[in-house]
Amino acid sequence: MAIVKLPENKLNQLIEVCKSFNNEPGELINVLHKAQEIFGYLPAEVQEVVAKELNTSVAHVYGVVSFYSFFTMTPKGEHPISICMGTACYVRGAEKVLDEFKHHLKIQVGETTADGKFSLACLRCVGACGLAPVVMVGEKVYGRVAPDGVKAILEEYSA
Amino acid sequence: MELIKLTIDKKPVEVEKGTTILQAARKIGIDIPTLCYFSLGDMKIENKPGGCRVCVVEVEGRRNLAPACATECAPGMVVRTNTIKVLNARRTVVELILSDHPFDCLVCAKSGNCELQDLAHRLGIREISYQGAQSHYRKDTSPAIIRDVDKCVMCRRCEMMCNKVQSVGALSAINRGFEAVVAPAFEMDLEKSVCTYCGQCVAVCPTGALTEVDHTRQLIAALADPTKTVVVQTAPAVRAALGEEFGMQPGTLVTGKMAAALRELGFDYVFDTDFAADLTIMEEGTELLGRLSKHLAGDKDVRLPILTSCCPGWVNFFEHNFPELSDVPSTARSPQQMFGAIAKTYFAGKIGVDRKDLVVVSIMPCLAKKYEAQRPEFATNGNPDVDFSVSTRELAALIKEANIDFNTLAEEDFDNPLGESTGAAVIFGTTGGVIEAAVRTAYEVHTGKKLEKVDFAELRGLDGIRQATIDFNGLPINIGIAHGLGNARQLLNDVRDGKSQFHAIEIMACPGGCIGGGGQPLHHGNSAILKARQAAIYREDSCKPIRKSHENPYITTLYEEFLGKPLSEKAHHLLHTHYFDKSTQIEIE
Ligand code: SF4
Ligand code: SF4
Ligand code: SF4
Ligand code: FES
Repeated sequence: MAIVKLPENKLNQLIEVCKSFNNEPGELINVLHKAQEIFGYLPAEVQEVVAKELNTSVAHVYGVVSFYSFFTMTPKGEHPISICMGTACYVRGAEKVLDEFKHHLKIQVGETTADGKFSLACLRCVGACGLAPVVMVGEKVYGRVAPDGVKAILEEYSA
Repeated sequence: MELIKLTIDKKPVEVEKGTTILQAARKIGIDIPTLCYFSLGDMKIENKPGGCRVCVVEVEGRRNLAPACATECAPGMVVRTNTIKVLNARRTVVELILSDHPFDCLVCAKSGNCELQDLAHRLGIREISYQGAQSHYRKDTSPAIIRDVDKCVMCRRCEMMCNKVQSVGALSAINRGFEAVVAPAFEMDLEKSVCTYCGQCVAVCPTGALTEVDHTRQLIAALADPTKTVVVQTAPAVRAALGEEFGMQPGTLVTGKMAAALRELGFDYVFDTDFAADLTIMEEGTELLGRLSKHLAGDKDVRLPILTSCCPGWVNFFEHNFPELSDVPSTARSPQQMFGAIAKTYFAGKIGVDRKDLVVVSIMPCLAKKYEAQRPEFATNGNPDVDFSVSTRELAALIKEANIDFNTLAEEDFDNPLGESTGAAVIFGTTGGVIEAAVRTAYEVHTGKKLEKVDFAELRGLDGIRQATIDFNGLPINIGIAHGLGNARQLLNDVRDGKSQFHAIEIMACPGGCIGGGGQPLHHGNSAILKARQAAIYREDSCKPIRKSHENPYITTLYEEFLGKPLSEKAHHLLHTHYFDKSTQIEIE
């Protein structure tokens, strides 16, 4: 017998979300979006609950989660780093900036550092093209980031 | 009904509206190759994702090639299945699939019976002009099934079987692009998932991505060990299908040749699971009558309907999905396990062999039996009642490996005392058979009268859910039958909701029952094969001199010498079991 553990208030929120979609299996993607907002990510336990509430199989839920790149099963870091990959940022070297982050943190996009401090994600255009390339750490926005500026950004949070 | 005229490769054909180009072509003998498409036509099992595009054809007036399996015929359509454009496109499609496929054919379990290999052969592919990214997943070995999804071509047939037909939901397509495969949730081990080991995914997988765990090597080692006495039991459905592996017509009965081949392979005793099927009827039938008479006497605590419990795929299913109903199924073990328990006690005692030196092998149409044999409750001090369970396919391969010319073997009989059986036991191999066998015995025991006719046509057939009322001398007994776990789920939901009107329900996990089991020769979607096997089973029954389980003289002796009577303490200990809750629980932190 497999046992799944989840905090009660968030679990109740999730069950409410499923209800608000009439527990319709066809609403799976919308439910998963909301679930990811509640939990920050979609751990196996959450997918088990969604499957049960929507009366579908957990294999199917995982099938959907693994198909779309905006769903993630890893918790975000304490300081989630997002790099804009919109056209303007891309043209101005966002990819090199991203490589630099990967290099320093030793993680890939979608992953979190072992100490749970940083996670790495790519964003579509955030609408700050004048500042390209743009990096966000949590809510804070950094503009015109150059690869050699990456180290300094990380040091701000490393205390 | 509206008829449509069209031409395919210049041949005129007339079909019903709604017919696909693929079906229309097959009707006039044009065999368009397919890969993802799969159907067991009249059994309402179909996979039509239109995804692989192996079946493309040219339709005059259309710019793009059309997938024949997913395109309906239209009046006046002019279809060409072999233009240069079609042949090139088909070749490209197959080459692309092969570019993401390991070149393992020489050592692959599916080799010689693989639809992808056939396709490459048929298209004469000699080299692959594309270099694809190859996905790499770990091999997942469960007690019954091996998943090697690097060989997955994403036809999604298994997903259809596991979800639509079986309603189990252990498998789903995951990831995308070259990485896309079918897998359990979170890529967990199949063993940890809700899989029932029914093996229906294995039965439809065109490639070596899903295969059974092979126990042949251990079996040969046991046969070669002079300190071991090795006995074999063969399930009813095996004799109706094994011949297919040797080129015989589907529906050929090979009971006698099979016994001869097993003796030739070196088994010390060649026995029959059918003996244990008769024993199952004695126990399960007595349980049914017991519950029924208590119910009739007004006992409110007794649970009806009683459900058959001889199919381990089905047992796994309700342990996962309906644990709250665990007192509804009969407690009788499956015939495989009854046989093992009797062989390692009664028979071992008779021949003076210690159970440790007695190896019990079973030949089964079934993959769930591999798992069942490994359940810890079916072992004594770590020594299992059934040591190895091998499939019909594995037996066929072993016979070939041992240079036995199956087709020319003279027929032989089973050994005694565990080889004698009745017609009632044989029909365990098909949907409807277990309950018919139970009715034959329960009727006579309950009414004290002799049945004039032992054939119950109203219980037979291949419809997914069937029901019938049998008159027990003025007492109407309502019987339900389901095969395929999706159908079973419907009947189970009614039982859970207190809406079921049945006294007894027979459930078989596999479509068709064991004749369509996950370990049988592959039918490649030909439902005529299942029908032929079913007919063979009833033929064997009608030819048996004894057709009611309680008249099997060796069963009578077994009770006299060893068990006492049905449901005795000894019988309970050796022939009955209990069930476990395998459902997923959500706990609050
Ligand atoms: S064995 Fe049956 S239950 Fe298990 S994955 Fe295959 S089809 Fe699903
Ligand atoms: S595992 Fe087999 S049946 Fe399932 S999608 Fe892959 S190739 Fe098809
Ligand atoms: S129907 Fe027969 S072959 Fe299929 S799982 Fe049940 S016992 Fe095995
Ligand atoms: S067989 Fe028609 S698309 Fe796959």
